[in-house]
Amino acid sequence: MLLRHTTKEVRERNALTVNPAKTCQPVGAMYAALGVHGCLPHSHGSQGCCSYHRSALTRHYKEPVMAATSSFTEGSSVFGGQANLLQAIETIFAVYEPEIIAVHSTCLSETIGDDLNQIVIKARDEGKVPFGKYVVQAATPSYVGSHVTGYANMLEAFVKYFAEKTDEKRRQINLLSGWVEPADMRELKRIMKVMKIKSVLLPDTSDVLDTPMTGKFEMYPKGGTTIAEMVSMGDSMQSLGLGEWATEKAAISLDNTCRVPFEITDIPVGIKATDRFIQALAKAGRVSIPEQISEERGRLIDVITDMHQYLYGKRVAVYGDPDNIIPLIEFLVDMDMQPVYIVSGTPGKHFESRMAEILSERVPEAKYKNGPQADMFLMHQWIKENPVDLLIGNTYGKYVARDENIPFVRMGFPIIDRIGHSYFSTLGYMGGLRIVEKILSVLMDKQDATCLEEKFELVM
Amino acid sequence: MPNKKDYTNGLPDPSALRDEILKKYPPKIAKKRVKGMVINDPSVEQEVMANVRTIPGIITQRGCTYAGCKGVVLGPTRDIINLVHGPIGCSFYAWLTRRNQTRPAEGEDNYITYCFSTDMQDSNIVFGGEAKLKEAIREAFEIFKPKAIGVFSTCPVGLIGDDVHSVSRDMKAELGINIFGFSCEGYRGVSQSAGHHIANNGVFKNVVGLNDRARTGKFQVNMLGEYNIGGDAFELEALFEEAGITLLSSFSGNSTIKSMEYSHTADLNMVMCHRSINYIAEMMEEKYGIPWVKVNFIGAESTAKSLRKVADYFGDAGLKAKVEEIIERELAKVNAVKVSIKPKVEGKLAMMFVGGSRAHHYQDLFNELGIRTVSAGYEFAHRDDYEGRKVIPTIKIDADSRNIEELTVTKDEKLFRNDLVAKKADLESKGFEFKDYAGMMPDMAKNSLIIDDVNHWETEKLIEFYKPDVFCAGIKEKYVVQKAGVPLKQLHSYDYGGPYAAFGGAINFYIEMERMLATNIWKMIDAPWKHESELVGSMTIEA
Ligand code: SF4
Ligand code: SF4
Repeated sequence: MLLRHTTKEVRERNALTVNPAKTCQPVGAMYAALGVHGCLPHSHGSQGCCSYHRSALTRHYKEPVMAATSSFTEGSSVFGGQANLLQAIETIFAVYEPEIIAVHSTCLSETIGDDLNQIVIKARDEGKVPFGKYVVQAATPSYVGSHVTGYANMLEAFVKYFAEKTDEKRRQINLLSGWVEPADMRELKRIMKVMKIKSVLLPDTSDVLDTPMTGKFEMYPKGGTTIAEMVSMGDSMQSLGLGEWATEKAAISLDNTCRVPFEITDIPVGIKATDRFIQALAKAGRVSIPEQISEERGRLIDVITDMHQYLYGKRVAVYGDPDNIIPLIEFLVDMDMQPVYIVSGTPGKHFESRMAEILSERVPEAKYKNGPQADMFLMHQWIKENPVDLLIGNTYGKYVARDENIPFVRMGFPIIDRIGHSYFSTLGYMGGLRIVEKILSVLMDKQDATCLEEKFELVM
Repeated sequence: MPNKKDYTNGLPDPSALRDEILKKYPPKIAKKRVKGMVINDPSVEQEVMANVRTIPGIITQRGCTYAGCKGVVLGPTRDIINLVHGPIGCSFYAWLTRRNQTRPAEGEDNYITYCFSTDMQDSNIVFGGEAKLKEAIREAFEIFKPKAIGVFSTCPVGLIGDDVHSVSRDMKAELGINIFGFSCEGYRGVSQSAGHHIANNGVFKNVVGLNDRARTGKFQVNMLGEYNIGGDAFELEALFEEAGITLLSSFSGNSTIKSMEYSHTADLNMVMCHRSINYIAEMMEEKYGIPWVKVNFIGAESTAKSLRKVADYFGDAGLKAKVEEIIERELAKVNAVKVSIKPKVEGKLAMMFVGGSRAHHYQDLFNELGIRTVSAGYEFAHRDDYEGRKVIPTIKIDADSRNIEELTVTKDEKLFRNDLVAKKADLESKGFEFKDYAGMMPDMAKNSLIIDDVNHWETEKLIEFYKPDVFCAGIKEKYVVQKAGVPLKQLHSYDYGGPYAAFGGAINFYIEMERMLATNIWKMIDAPWKHESELVGSMTIEA
């Protein structure tokens, strides 16, 4: 047994987290910043945080993940990190020549009380920021929220810094993406094209974290939202935020500073969330929905009806980030699956009400929890008590899956033992098809591997 | 892309490369970096600036003190709950990411697959986190009933004044199990290295010596600085067992706290990774009189040499004969593989920048295949790892090292092994070397480029200059280097392969090099039409 100390007796915990279903803010800030063209993320703290965040993202993408650090030592933690950040800004522009440095804080610099805003102003005043180059900063204390919070804070920082309101409105919408994969960003852009709506996507990690092998390392790959695009966001007709946790702050900021009205919708995972997304787009862009989209939707429904018997009633445990798992749970319910156990380490009070809304009627026995101590250990204990047929979440689930012999679909962050997540989208109707395919494959593989020989089926 | 240099008459002088690297830096940085970049000349004494702060803004390979303490020294030990006191991230990232394999028996404790954290929140930062830590220890105890709990501090802990040591003492008294804390906040040192030292101190103070167990073998040893990445320790365990050498404890691959408690009953300490663990070896010698020798089980020849060294130490004819028998048998197997692979990879160029010992040890493996190391350096070593232990007295203790506690160790009158001290003196008089780490530089060719704490910019330039055939580093560098068309072998995680230690490991490594260096995939990067001129067809779809 890999997790040999996990038993089904749940003891209430108030202080101890075991096998978390979340991580810390800066890694989200780093990921968001990689979706801006020519941007080098910078971690203001000691080296370890930066090294860990780069490693986590690198393992997930199997791509270069560049970021710098303020390399605090004992002295900086006593006297403050101002000198380190000033020096870092100077060093980075001289050696690595980015367009933008996106600074995020860490537990250390936040605890010390470094004021990033003031330090960055000082850097500018002292001429450490070359003409035409930018330093953006976001406070990302890891003892608040989760990695998703860090992502949201960095997005907000970008729009706050760059978006500009001029007298002329632009016929475009701002698409603020929640934390999804490069392939998903690519899919969002494709959908916008099919819908014939002009948009600015922020952030955009496609062509940054899925680059081709060319034999030449590019420190700043061709992808990423550009400065000009971010500036133009202040003149857009509307913002559409995908995922409340990750995008609401940025959307509100655009509204406050540039009077761009916004709507928050779910990340388009599955049928209903994609329906809402498409309708919101159509409304915002004042376009009618093209036949092609309806056809894609029809194809997804078609496959589900074809394979319904394999999905119906299956008990599922899911862990991950609210923005991603809320529409996923809804999708599972739409396919008549039974998402019975759900945890997310990311706090946020809407999680409960959203879950209740989706589950109370269709899956009354469902247990769900988010925030402190909503960890994978708890979920595993629930599973021990009453098993599930399917597990969905990041790579860490493989330990539970093996111990309990549960078919396992990898979704979320990080996925560090398989590829595909960065290349094949799970968004929109086409992405929904991929989710269904993945779920069916693991369920049917188990059936094939374990059923009685006389029950072995050629056609399924 | 410059063509490959001509290496037939030795390595080219890389001065021009060094100058070009330095030119990019602001003058102050250049002045500092130049001292960490040495063009090797084994015939003279050269000094490398090492174990100094990384310049803020530089994209470094290095991690932090916490990583060195929690990740390296105690992470691989299975029967202890390693509870991280801090916000969630630090514990999350150290969760299973270091591939320390372990093999618990049925029913034995194994917490390596778990991640424990106090997940500090802002209220804990403001009002202090000691109460939460205590509660978390209690909960861990009640749920898991472990025999020991280690508490690791992350960055905010020291600053807000939480005292993990006093909390640990209190909880030890309350719960009656061994509980101890580490002040290994990330900023305590300039790299992971400080964390190694802190971990060594903590383990020595709180674990080593708790169990004066009676002898169980004729030749009792500990293996220090071996972390069972990819199963290296399993190879070594099998080797010692066959030779009749009793491995009491390992620090810390495939280890238990239980075994560390009686590790002081050994007759000899073998030190593999000098950087991360020499402190415990030194302290055990001071307190118990146990001598230590440097060994290296990476590379078949080195393995043979190290085995012989241990056998010579014990001086037992039977043991020596057994060791010779093993060496002869195993080298025959190794050579059978080597002869088929060496011709395919001989003359290739390697460079390696990792850790505190592997950038040296792995050169032996490459040498066995005739692959040359043109440039190397450590991520977090000290001068002695480059220049040899002889320079230790001359190393200046700077502000960053000064705040790491140096334990005062006193002789244990009851257990002190005067017999071993006498044995050591006798062997020394016959030329046998103890504590004999000569460092990386004497083993490297003239004109090879030694770079301490190499950074991203330097890596790019090195690749451009040398066009190496294989680059060894870690996960953060892996895809950067590969995007430049050069295969990278991870020497921290082994790219999820291995083992590479001892004879069996050497064979694995040869085969791995054959795989990496003989593949054609790198030659397929350019599409066949890359150099064709562009045509505009007559059947183009109008947009
Ligand atoms: S939790 Fe804080 S100290 Fe730990 S890795 Fe994250 S930012 Fe760094
Ligand atoms: S061998 Fe390298 S990676 Fe391992 S502990 Fe030593 S320095 Fe670290």
